[in-house]
Amino acid sequence: MTNSNGNDTIIEMSDVGKFYGNIRALAGVNLTVRRGEVTCILGDNGAGKSTLIKIVSGLHPHDEGTFTVDGKAVTFDSPREALAAGISTVYQDLALVPLMPVWRNFFLGSELTKGVWPFRRLDVARMRRIAGEELKKMGIELSDIDQPVGTLSGGQMQVVSIARAIHFGARVLILDEPTAALGVKQSGVVLKYIAAARDAGLGVIFITHNPHHAFLVGNHFAVLNLGNMELDAKRADLTLENLTQHMAGGAALDALKHEMRETEAPDLGAVHQAHQVAEKELTTP
Amino acid sequence: MAQTLDQPVAARPPSPTGSRTNRRSPLRRFLVRPEVGALIGALIVIVFFLIEAPTMRGASAISTVLYQSSTIGIMAIGVSLLMIGGEFDLSAGVAVLTSALTASMVAYQLGANVWVGVAVALAVSLGIGAFNGWLLVKTGLPSFLVTLGTFLMLQGINLAVTRLVTGNVATNDISDMSGFNTAKAIFASTVNIGGTQVNVVIFWWLAFVALATWILLRTKVGNWIFSVGGKKESARAVGVPVRGTKIALFMVVGFCAWFSGMHQLFLFNTVQSGGGIGNELVYIVAAVVGGCLLTGGYGSVVGAAIGALIFGVVSQGVVYAGWNPDWFKFFLGAMLLLATLVNMYVRYQANRR
Repeated sequence: MTNSNGNDTIIEMSDVGKFYGNIRALAGVNLTVRRGEVTCILGDNGAGKSTLIKIVSGLHPHDEGTFTVDGKAVTFDSPREALAAGISTVYQDLALVPLMPVWRNFFLGSELTKGVWPFRRLDVARMRRIAGEELKKMGIELSDIDQPVGTLSGGQMQVVSIARAIHFGARVLILDEPTAALGVKQSGVVLKYIAAARDAGLGVIFITHNPHHAFLVGNHFAVLNLGNMELDAKRADLTLENLTQHMAGGAALDALKHEMRETEAPDLGAVHQAHQVAEKELTTP
Repeated sequence: MAQTLDQPVAARPPSPTGSRTNRRSPLRRFLVRPEVGALIGALIVIVFFLIEAPTMRGASAISTVLYQSSTIGIMAIGVSLLMIGGEFDLSAGVAVLTSALTASMVAYQLGANVWVGVAVALAVSLGIGAFNGWLLVKTGLPSFLVTLGTFLMLQGINLAVTRLVTGNVATNDISDMSGFNTAKAIFASTVNIGGTQVNVVIFWWLAFVALATWILLRTKVGNWIFSVGGKKESARAVGVPVRGTKIALFMVVGFCAWFSGMHQLFLFNTVQSGGGIGNELVYIVAAVVGGCLLTGGYGSVVGAAIGALIFGVVSQGVVYAGWNPDWFKFFLGAMLLLATLVNMYVRYQANRR
C-alpha cells in the first residue's frame, strides 16, 4: 500500500508557518501527502492542527515557507481555490447546514442546474437521485432524502460529508477530527470509510488526537506541538507506544523533567502540578 | 448527536418498498412546511371576522382587505428573505419613505419627468440596502445594531432634508408633472374587475411572491439564502459567497422599499416626511407569523404573504366589525404569539418519528 514513488505526491509543504497577529501559530512544518496514503496529524488542543488544515483547505493563506500542489507553488485565498485543486475538507462541524434537507446539503455550493438564464433552476430530481445513490454506496439508506441533515446521527453526518467530498472529485480528503464526537462503534465505521477512500487512491489527511485511531489507518504520522513539528515518521519507523508517548508531550516533557531536577523549584504551583500529572500519565500504561 | 451515539451507522432497516428516497406521508410532509401555522391562523381570523362582521363578505371589502395586506406584503417579501438569510432590517419602515421622498423631491426640484425621480429613488434604495449589507459583513456587527443605526439616520434625513428642500414637512404635489400618469398607472392605479375596484399593487404583490418563492426554492441563490442563514461558516466552507448573498438580500429589501415608496407617492401625490416608523416591526411580525425562524435558515415567502394577509384581515376586520380600532394592536400581538406557538408545536409533532 505504501507508495513513496515521487509521482504520487500531491501536496508538499516545507517550512510552512503562520502568524495570527504577533502570535506564531505554526512554524517549520513539513508535510507530504501522497495518493493512496493516509497522513495522520496528531497533537493536543492548540498544537496548530486546525491552523495547518486551514492553510491546506484555503481558509487562511500561509505566511512563510512553500506549499506546492502537483509540484506548483500555491497560496490559496479561498476554499473555492482549494476545491478547484481537488482538495476537499470534512470539517469537525462537517460544513453541513442542520436545517436544510440532505440533498440540498449534499450539493450546497455546487448545485446542479438546468435551463438557460434567467430561467436557470435547480435540477431537483437529479440532485435527489445522485445524493441518494452516493449515500447508498457508502452504506447509508435514508428513509427520506428530504429530512433535515440535523436529524441524522453523528456518524451518518460524517459519511454525508465524506460522500460529498468524494463525489465532487476530491483527490485529497482532509478529515478534521472525524472521530472526536463519536462512540466506539461509529468511530469504527468512519475509520472504515477512511481506509476505503485511501484504497480508492485518494490522499487522506487525518487529523486526530487519538493515536489508536491514527495507527489503525495511517501510513505516515506527524505530531504537532505548540505550532512545531514534534515528530515526522513513517509507519515502519514507529510503534503505537512511540506515538502515544509523543502525543503525551514527548521531548518537551523530558526536557522539562530535566530542568526541574536541576533548579530549585520556584513558586511554580501550576507548572509543577501539570508536570506531576503528565508524569503519572506516562508511567501508568 | 448524543442520543444516537450508540447506534451503528446505517442501522435503520431498508425501507419496505426498497426505494431509497421514499417519503414521509403527504400529510406529514405538508405539516412540516413553514407556512402551516400561518395558514391555520389565517383561516381562524378569516372565519371569525366573516361571522363577526357581515359587511366584510362583499367583493369590495375583500378587495380592501387584500389591498391592505399587499402594502405590508410587498415589504414582507424582502424582510422574510432577509430573515431566512439570518438578518434583520430595522430601517425597512423609514426606507420606504426615504424612497418616496427622494423620487418626489428630485422630480420636483429638477422639474424633470417623474420617471427621473423614480430611477434616482431606485438607486438610492438599492444603495441604502447595499450600505446596510456592506457595513454588516465588513464590521461583523449584528444586523440589529447596524440597521438600528441606519433607521435613526434615515428618520433624521427624511425630516431634515425635506425641510431643507421644501421648507415644509411634506413634499410638493407632483400630480401635474410629466410622466405622472404612466407612473401612477404602474404603481398605484385601480382596475375594475366585475364592478369592484382592485388596486394593481395586489397583482404586483402576488407576482413578487411567486417570483421570490421560485428563487428561494428552485434556484442556486435560494439554496445559498437558506445556507447563509442556517450556518454561514458551513456555507462559506463549501464555497457559497456568503458576503455577496447577505448584501444582495439587503438590496432586495431596498428594492421592496422602493416599490412600496413609489406606490405611496403615486397614490397620494405628496409624501409626509415623518411616517413609516414602527412599520419595520409589522414586516417582521408578518415574516415570523409566516413561519420564518428569527434565527435564520428556515421560513417561506408564501408564509410571510399569509402573515401579511392576517394583518390585512385583522386591521380591516376590526373596522368592519365596528369595534374600537384600538383593539387592532392587541389582536396583532396575540396573533404573533399564537402563530409562533402553533408553528413550534406543529413542527415538533411532524418531526417526531
